[in-house]
Amino acid sequence: MCAITGVLNLLGAPVAAPRLIDMVASVRHRGPDDTGFHVQGPIGLGHARLAVIDLAGGAQPIHNEAHTVWVVFNGEIFNYLELRAELEARGHTFYTQSDTEVLVHLYEDYGRDFVQRLNGQFAIALWDAGARRLLLVRDRVGIAPLFYYANPAELVFGSEIKALLAAGVPARPHLAAIDQIFTWWAPLAPDTAFEGIHELPPGEWLEADARGVRTGKYWDFDYPASGNYTAAPEAALADQLRSLLDDAVHIRLRADVPVGAYLSGGLDSSVIASLINQHTDVKLCTFSIGFASAGLDETPYQQAVVDDLGTQHARMDCEGGTIADALADTIWHTEIPVLRTAPVPMRLLSGFARANGFRVVLTGEGSDEVFGGYDIFKEAKVRRFWAARPDSAWRPLLLRRLYPYLDITRRGQGYVRSFFGQGLGDVEAFAFSHLPRWHTTALCKQFFAADVQSALAALPPMDVRLAASLPTGFTRWHPLNRAQYLESKLLLPGYLLSSQGDRMLMANGVEGRFPYLDHRVIEFAAALPPRLKLRVLREKYLLKRAMAGRLPAAVLTRPKQPYRAPDIAAFVAARPDCLDLMSPATLRDYGYFDAVKVGHLVRKALSGRAVGQRDNMAFIGILTTQIWHHRFIANPVRLQYRVDSSMSQGTTPCRLNHA
Amino acid sequence: MSVEPRVRQFLLNNYLFTDDDAALGNDDSLLQKGIVDSTGMMELIAFLEEQFAIRIDDDEMVPDNLDSVNNIVAFLARKSTTRSARAGA
Repeated sequence: MCAITGVLNLLGAPVAAPRLIDMVASVRHRGPDDTGFHVQGPIGLGHARLAVIDLAGGAQPIHNEAHTVWVVFNGEIFNYLELRAELEARGHTFYTQSDTEVLVHLYEDYGRDFVQRLNGQFAIALWDAGARRLLLVRDRVGIAPLFYYANPAELVFGSEIKALLAAGVPARPHLAAIDQIFTWWAPLAPDTAFEGIHELPPGEWLEADARGVRTGKYWDFDYPASGNYTAAPEAALADQLRSLLDDAVHIRLRADVPVGAYLSGGLDSSVIASLINQHTDVKLCTFSIGFASAGLDETPYQQAVVDDLGTQHARMDCEGGTIADALADTIWHTEIPVLRTAPVPMRLLSGFARANGFRVVLTGEGSDEVFGGYDIFKEAKVRRFWAARPDSAWRPLLLRRLYPYLDITRRGQGYVRSFFGQGLGDVEAFAFSHLPRWHTTALCKQFFAADVQSALAALPPMDVRLAASLPTGFTRWHPLNRAQYLESKLLLPGYLLSSQGDRMLMANGVEGRFPYLDHRVIEFAAALPPRLKLRVLREKYLLKRAMAGRLPAAVLTRPKQPYRAPDIAAFVAARPDCLDLMSPATLRDYGYFDAVKVGHLVRKALSGRAVGQRDNMAFIGILTTQIWHHRFIANPVRLQYRVDSSMSQGTTPCRLNHA
Repeated sequence: MSVEPRVRQFLLNNYLFTDDDAALGNDDSLLQKGIVDSTGMMELIAFLEEQFAIRIDDDEMVPDNLDSVNNIVAFLARKSTTRSARAGA
């Protein structure tokens, strides 16, 4: 991946080159290998390059034969070899070996629809000098980030918000988005934590010219109307899935640098590692995180896969104190408050991979959304079953299968009813599956300052906006598919692929590749009967069937373990400077939170007495909001050209263990 | 400090994160109002056992005993009576 930046003056005035240089400098961590610019009249395009394909000749911007179409691009087009052959057959001539160059020629042939031909992860900015029109497009699911700001005079865009701020776009907090984070964990695109700065939503394009700025959708997650699923024998579907995934992995190994893989010890990354192994004679290098806490650590499962596949494995052990110390710099990269510390080890892991000589890794994100892996899907299924007989004493007992720690028969009865019973009366509500999670998360809002609470109360309800964003077919989908859609539109792009994904990878100039998010895999899985995803309460049924016999049984049958890192626990012993941002004076100064309430929470947390998810989310959410405000709003630093200070390879404070 | 204010202060500071006494009614349901969740209930039980030197059995962990300030106070009173009776016997 790389970084793209740019400015289009909508009034036709020339763009100043130094502004572009500042923008690129601010995101240089994403592309440490090279920079490039195209500044001509009202358009300025900037690029910071992470060289992965055509190391010698792939510098950007890239243009067409007539120099009338210019492109800067962050990401990868995995089917570029096939596209290139097709374009050459039609008479196009290429001056590089890069995947980028297919974009300008595809655009010449197909116009805006060229994006439909791409298999990849991308944020593209394409200047059509003839039409004097800028086109921005973003990949289907939101792997590559793209932000923009528009006023009547200009459109400013970049791979990270920093680039917009470096161009002089004002940094103002967007309270409604903070409210969304404290409910959904992420704002709904196009909202960002900054007022007036938008994210181009996944699967959308934006056109800007003298007539103004327009956006539109070219792709979305789509499911058959309930009942109209792919009809084929299970065994045939399992074979089909395996060969599709195999190809999705295969084309993601295309690179002129070594490609490694992240290994969590779970099913998804193990499947990827196993498929990679079939395509290469070179020993696969895998990377993982180890935690001291047995409840979080997955080392034994990682080792089982390493032993089975014979990978060259390197594990980074991550201590709580390291996480506490690294949180503030992590928020500089997420550019948004988060409710968990889980992004921090992901940033340290990319630094670890980079220090080991890797700038590309394959990783397992997306499988849970695509194949129905999350507990929230099972939970919704049980709640729906329970809702059919709300007085049943034994139906909610099924929840124990998902959450063994719930002692439902004794102390927990009242809690289970009050928590999982959320919205039980309305099984057709669009968010039936997600109401308990959102309700619990929203309890964090009790810490908002009184005037923030009243300001938020005056806004239109966020769920109305979310409901309005749903596709027309939504209500005809199976309940599992509805829950998958919500998960794929909110948490996946808004948190997992960004705060825990791209931003943590690119903080150290490492590109992640996501085979499960190949749109062919997504579309295949979407059309499957729901029982091939969630079979009774067994998750990812068809994926497991497709891989049976190819992975250690321990990995195929182990209970699913969500990736978590120590939250409050990381701060009990370590007291990093950023905790000062939770002092009453700073809380009052920044204005988001009630200083008295937060004071009680901080005392409870640092005494080691806060153990529940609720306190953990509130503590990390408040702390990261304060850090975010401190770094971006209260002390906006002039962004410098600082490749070295923003790269953490070689300086990662984690202990390194080579297995 | 007698039992009721100690229980109230613990609940106010640790679940409602406030010193405002009006934030919690003595009959408010801790579970129904979302004041205490399942891990919160564990913390509450640990607090009661430690502060009042009692042992709470599994079958005593029911809303009738623990779901409001008044229920907790009455429960503690019953425990204390049982203990004195045992001690006297």
